[in-house]
Amino acid sequence: MFTANEYIKVKSFDEAYELNQKRTNKIVAGNMMLRLSHRKLNKAIDLSGLEADYILETESEFKIGCMCTLRDLEKNEAFAKCFGPDISEALGHIVGVQFRNSATVGGSIFGRFGFSDVLTYFLVLDTYVNLYKDGIVPLSEYAASDYDNDVIMEIIVNKDGRKAYYESFRLTDTDFPVISAAVGVHKKGRFFAIGARPAKARVIYADYSEFPEKLSPNEIASLAEYVSESFNYGTNIRAGAGYRKHIAKVLTERLLKKTGCEKP
Amino acid sequence: MKIRLKINGKDFAPHIYPSMILLDLLRDLGFKSVKRGCGTTNCGLCTIIMDNKSVLSCSVPAARADGKEIYTLEGFQDKAAEIAEFLADEGADQCGFCAPGFVMNVIALEKENPNPTEKEIDEYLVGNLCRCTGYMSQHRAMARYFAHKQKEA
Amino acid sequence: MKYVSKPVRKKDAFALLTGRPVYAEDIAGGDFLFVKVLKSPYANAIIEDIDITKAMEVRGIVKILTYKDVPQVRFTLAGQTYPEWSPYDRLILDRHVRFVGDAAAIVAGENERCVIQAMRRIKIKYKVLEPVLDFLEAKDNPVLVHPEDDWNPLVDAGGDNKRNLCAHGKDSSGDVNEVLSKCDYVVDETYHTQANQQTMMETFRTFTYFDAQNRLNVLSSTQVPFHVRRILSNALQIPKSRIKVIKPRIGGGYGAKQTAVCEVYPAIVTLITGRPAKIIYSRREAQITSSPRHEMQIRVRIGADKSGIIKAIDVYTISNTGAYGEHGPTTVGLSGHKSIPIYGKTEAFRFEYDVVYTNKMSSGAYRGYGATQGFFAVESAVDELAHKMGMDPVKLREMNIVKEGQIMPAYYGEPNTSCHLDKCIARAKEIIGYNENALRKDLGGGIVRGIGAAVAMQGSGISNVDMGSVTLKINDDGFYSMLIGATDMGTGCDTILAQIAAEVLMCPVENIAVFGVDTDASPYDSGSYASATTYVTGNAAVKTANALIEKIKTAGAKTLECHKEDCVFDGKSVTDKNTGKSVSLKDLANSNMASGFAIEATESFMSPVSPPPFMAGMAEIEIDTNTGKITPVNYAAVVDCGTVINTNLAKVQTEGGIAQGMGMALYENVHYGPDGQYYSKSFMQYKIPARTDVGNIHVEFDSSYEPSGPFGAKSIGEIVINTPSPAIANAVENAIGVRIRDLPITPEKVLKALWAKEKGIEVSSHES
Repeated sequence: MFTANEYIKVKSFDEAYELNQKRTNKIVAGNMMLRLSHRKLNKAIDLSGLEADYILETESEFKIGCMCTLRDLEKNEAFAKCFGPDISEALGHIVGVQFRNSATVGGSIFGRFGFSDVLTYFLVLDTYVNLYKDGIVPLSEYAASDYDNDVIMEIIVNKDGRKAYYESFRLTDTDFPVISAAVGVHKKGRFFAIGARPAKARVIYADYSEFPEKLSPNEIASLAEYVSESFNYGTNIRAGAGYRKHIAKVLTERLLKKTGCEKP
Repeated sequence: MKIRLKINGKDFAPHIYPSMILLDLLRDLGFKSVKRGCGTTNCGLCTIIMDNKSVLSCSVPAARADGKEIYTLEGFQDKAAEIAEFLADEGADQCGFCAPGFVMNVIALEKENPNPTEKEIDEYLVGNLCRCTGYMSQHRAMARYFAHKQKEA
Repeated sequence: MKYVSKPVRKKDAFALLTGRPVYAEDIAGGDFLFVKVLKSPYANAIIEDIDITKAMEVRGIVKILTYKDVPQVRFTLAGQTYPEWSPYDRLILDRHVRFVGDAAAIVAGENERCVIQAMRRIKIKYKVLEPVLDFLEAKDNPVLVHPEDDWNPLVDAGGDNKRNLCAHGKDSSGDVNEVLSKCDYVVDETYHTQANQQTMMETFRTFTYFDAQNRLNVLSSTQVPFHVRRILSNALQIPKSRIKVIKPRIGGGYGAKQTAVCEVYPAIVTLITGRPAKIIYSRREAQITSSPRHEMQIRVRIGADKSGIIKAIDVYTISNTGAYGEHGPTTVGLSGHKSIPIYGKTEAFRFEYDVVYTNKMSSGAYRGYGATQGFFAVESAVDELAHKMGMDPVKLREMNIVKEGQIMPAYYGEPNTSCHLDKCIARAKEIIGYNENALRKDLGGGIVRGIGAAVAMQGSGISNVDMGSVTLKINDDGFYSMLIGATDMGTGCDTILAQIAAEVLMCPVENIAVFGVDTDASPYDSGSYASATTYVTGNAAVKTANALIEKIKTAGAKTLECHKEDCVFDGKSVTDKNTGKSVSLKDLANSNMASGFAIEATESFMSPVSPPPFMAGMAEIEIDTNTGKITPVNYAAVVDCGTVINTNLAKVQTEGGIAQGMGMALYENVHYGPDGQYYSKSFMQYKIPARTDVGNIHVEFDSSYEPSGPFGAKSIGEIVINTPSPAIANAVENAIGVRIRDLPITPEKVLKALWAKEKGIEVSSHES
């Protein structure tokens, strides 16, 4: 566990941002990952008093407060109705219900962890991070950036007609994934994200002009091959790089079939 | 620093240090049913109920519990005894070290979904590790418990 | 029978299930110093200098101990009967640190936070040495783990510290090479099992303090209180009479707590400072400085004639004991002595072993204790033999298993006095739906189901070594107190032993209050390990209860003014069969309070034999051939543990052991980095099965009657972990035709083997 000289429940994002400019201060979100560090903090910044645990649906988008828990998102029917039921597949293997009752969407996105199911999932939707200072930034850009002192206020997902499909491969049911994979199906093409390589997830796009809406089994295989070849892979205690690449292909094939793209 | 919180229906105003975790605070206050099993939010032994949701007290900063309503198994003794009947009948208690966290999460499940399928029971309780039982006896006991509750209802 | 073979609830069930404060950390209140051990970051190093001045300045720090402050007499932490087979090869703190995590200093302070702060301020200058990490390279390696001259084996186990040999041994009967050369079919393969962590939910913890008589009291979560007393006496160099060990409720052990992993640290702090002290291992500490299963490499040569009779088995085991020898010389023995004798028609066998030191964490006792590793190898080899012969693997077993009444040469020449293994196999086949022509089922989409089988045995206590004792006494109104030295660690032995006594005393189980364990008050027991308690201490319970009945009759005869020989006891009263006059147990007990005659008895039991329980395990698994992933679907286990004393607890033991075995089979592995550092430091990285990982486990019993056991009982605790690894490995081969000889059977290994098979390449079994 980290140590801190002060624990401050901030009254506003202004205050949170101000405090967060000092390197020795740190925001506590769900405290699932931060608690594992042995960091010596001056001030721990708690956002739980900001009522930022909402999921709001508007005409054009979903807004998810940074302190919304993974469990609340997993159980949100409107979100699942809009983007497809796989949100519960993406979140449902993360440790257990108690964990997901505390872990936050903001914390997961901020962490940009290699093993993150959350990041992999959101990358295939039209997702933005609403930052206190830098404003609204595409998630793919945010995910690729380094840690800085800005504060995530909310996650915005545009309702652009996309549906997300999710698969992961795990050695045990609630372990970190060996590979996480998601596909977002859009009217013009498909978005693919592969995470836990073990590096963090990235997203690529394949237009229907390249890989059409309906695919033969061979075309599915070659698209999956193309997707898995588009990423680099590494080795850790869970699996080797070559194996991960293979799993990325297998999961992508499964996802494609799940989307119903097979030619009759 | 000082916080105010309700534990098992009673008011407490303990002094805490800024990075104290709720698990340590609860044990210090005498709620010994709350156990530490892993320290990495993986095992479920420290499960408590905060604001009607089951959470891992090893990950909740004590300071965040300021103003909250918290329950440990000490606060659910009647319910625990009722659930215990079913577990004891299967010999599912074994070493018992994971039992309080397990029972707490069963209570949370029942609140959220009083009529779960066997699959839903297993999925809800998956974050409660147990090394003694192989889970089968817990599974049988909980299937019977929820069937019994439905008959009662 | 009224109380035996019943699903009696555990006596402590409600206390445990409702969260009552009954474990060591819950009951040890008061002003304890917090103790932590500073660990070596190097796998092999000499401490050249330790500077504690800066650390001592931290507010709240009371004592820091280094190698200069501890007795220079070597001892072992293994909880075994004296003289221990484990060599005396450690000091509380040694200048020579031998694995990443080995103790470099002990820090005691008023609270955990100041202790952690002080640990960061201790400056140690290490002379870093090259470590020996590969156990296959350890023997006769120029780098010695124990170069010291005071390495001290109490028993000659064939070890030689100047060769990195903790133990060496050989046992044989007949000429194995000769018989193998005449066999029509021979399999010669090598298997590898990993170190596994027991991961009991309650980590290691001990509280120490001086009592009113200035004796060192040790409240510890241990399986071996009496051995802990000796270990502390050896380590601290104080008389045993100054030590008392108390065992509260224990949050699981599975063998881990058969080693005194943490007791010495608070004990020496209390001894030196006079202050109460406590140590509570974090999960991380329990993962990196504990007592995991011995990693083993086992070569099996097994041969059969044309008709399928197994004629010879040759087993050679190399066991990795790590930096210290705890349980090293003994665990290895079970890798052959349990796995070879289960086949009853062999004309020759040979079993040879080397136990080597390496610069890794010291190994210890884990449920199965070497037999588990041995059965993975031998039961895999038996299936390989069957495949070579084109024979059904279960049929091959049915033809060859040991039968009741046979002498077992590889099992110390003991007779097989009770054995329903044949019936266990038959019933397991029914449960799993075994059909030799359909061990593989293609479900389409690359998903294949497979069924695999394995058999196993274990012992019931260590013959001529393990001893159990029970004291029974009668109290006011005729309720009994039962004092035991066996340690209930969640297994339920307090209840099981009470059931046995109740059966003899003809009283309800609730009428017996069970007390355990306190080394001053409890009668001697070697402790709960080696599957000993139900059989060994259970026999002591029968003896004691019978002895108590004699005392009750003596007291009854006095009251009834008749001869004891004429008295009959029916559990409720003593009756003079000539006159019909009787006195109730209640009146007898109450009047006896003023009689000058104690109605109490203590009896002990030690067995010249260790009757093996047997079991058949059959796994049905699903393999995704696209990924190599194995999902357990069904597991059928039929056990012959003799008479089942508590039907619920025996079943739960079995289910739990099988789940642990599945973890061992599929993913559990203590991973080390290139310099001997740990990767498996937490439950994030060391995954044990969760409830959605185990599939459906179906357990039944087919009980033989063991004449030497209490009411016919044998043991259950350990055998149950032995079948999953081989049964799953065998199911993999039956399903997809690849053989994995290296645990754990990860998806990556399966898939690579499958690819190699498709390309026609033979893969090495050591591609981990």
